[in-house]
Amino acid sequence: MNLQLTSNFFNYVYICIQSKAMQKRLVLDQQQIAIILKRFCHQLIENHDNFENTVFLGLQPRGPIVLDKIVDLIQEISGQEVPYGYLDATFHRDDFRRRDLPLKANETKVNFLIEGKKVILIDDVLYKGRSVRAALDAMIAFGRPQKVELMVLVDRKYTRDYPIMPDYCGVKVNTLESQYVSVEWVENGFEKDSIWITEKV
Amino acid sequence: MSQLSSRHLLGIKDITAEDIQLIFETADNFKEVLNRPIKKVPSLRDITIANIFFENSTRTKLSFELAEKRLSADVVNFSSSNSSVKKGETLIDTVNNILSMKVDMVVMRHSSPGAPHFLSRNIKANIVNAGDGTHEHPTQALLDAFSIREKLGDVAGKKVAIIGDILHSRVALSNIFCLQKLGAEVMVCGPITLLPKHIASLGVKIEYDIQKALEWCDVANILRIQLERQQIKYFPSLREYSLFYGVNKKMLDRLDKEIVIMHPGPINRGVELNSDVADSEHSIILHQVENGVAIRMAVLYLLAGVR
Repeated sequence: MNLQLTSNFFNYVYICIQSKAMQKRLVLDQQQIAIILKRFCHQLIENHDNFENTVFLGLQPRGPIVLDKIVDLIQEISGQEVPYGYLDATFHRDDFRRRDLPLKANETKVNFLIEGKKVILIDDVLYKGRSVRAALDAMIAFGRPQKVELMVLVDRKYTRDYPIMPDYCGVKVNTLESQYVSVEWVENGFEKDSIWITEKV
Repeated sequence: MSQLSSRHLLGIKDITAEDIQLIFETADNFKEVLNRPIKKVPSLRDITIANIFFENSTRTKLSFELAEKRLSADVVNFSSSNSSVKKGETLIDTVNNILSMKVDMVVMRHSSPGAPHFLSRNIKANIVNAGDGTHEHPTQALLDAFSIREKLGDVAGKKVAIIGDILHSRVALSNIFCLQKLGAEVMVCGPITLLPKHIASLGVKIEYDIQKALEWCDVANILRIQLERQQIKYFPSLREYSLFYGVNKKMLDRLDKEIVIMHPGPINRGVELNSDVADSEHSIILHQVENGVAIRMAVLYLLAGVR
């Protein structure tokens, strides 16, 4: 009986600690993110040689910040300037009129055609895969690409609604539906670059 | 997330400055869409829109129809000239018949002020007013202000003179509401017979001398003389009107600054506006038409997006 009580008590303490810890858990810190971005660039250089037929598209609203870093790093490592643009897929989403309010659109800035090009789509977190599906749809308005690759910093495992997998992946994480992966950048006013798993409010 | 404060767009009077900004920001995005090789997005693909025009229109109808098609909506057109309205059917019966064919939105132009407001109280669909008599023409005012914003960077603090037939103009009323909500100063200018009696109560300046109005303003929005609405004679002749109130190159050359010339169309060339001005670099008339599609896409998108 006593043993049972003690075990219950420890269980309770454990759950308390865990739930407290679960409120915000660090996935990647600044240094790890920097290493991953560098790895991405080397993989890209390996696969795309001199980028003569490759274009980069950052998925609004959070992809462009990753894209800008990748583009700068490639320039730094190989001296290549690569064409890039920002793609907003709001008008191509499949949840229009199915959610309470329409989403606010962001700027699309694609000053080139992607006809016959290899396209690298870049986003920060891959979750249900629905944004990527919409982006693939939106992208077609600029031509028929030769090949499309997907790059994400964080892949949330076992959460996909569509059969979409990243070609370049920073880290895979296990998450619950009730959680949210928040990506913090110095550019957005945070002290350090970092990625966290937090509970949805 | 974003939402307009109203389910319908009946007039500028009923919406807020935030609504107008939201429409502008959304229109910026649609303007980019319209410059793509494929100028179409699938947002409204499960929506059917009826364009019901009880009054003639070229630009507005074409612009709405294009906006609807660019958003992938299904479109049905109706104009009163070849319909049962001629046989005596009432407005509400006509619209209800159209709605029973599962139409989600109605874009309506009607010669009676308040017709879209009446409909909005009686039927379920979202209503967009495409002009109701001499009352309001909200999408025209939005695209005018959007064009000013595009040309001059901002609407707030700018001086806009609306010149011509204010009395019969729904464009004037909607423009006054819209520009004032966005923080611009508005002046109306025209012969005394074509200015409504109590227009000063809207907080606009009044000027009868067109040269003074042009000297005051940053933007001159020149309106058409609406002969079809004038039951009685408001001025002796078109020739006399054009002598006193027609805008020509000489008048603009006399100014010590550059002003922007706008016109909602259709232009009576040589009456309220001379060709040497309408086709000059001062004029943004064709930009207004281009922006019209983007503005109407934004309005339809934002109204349709709310369940």
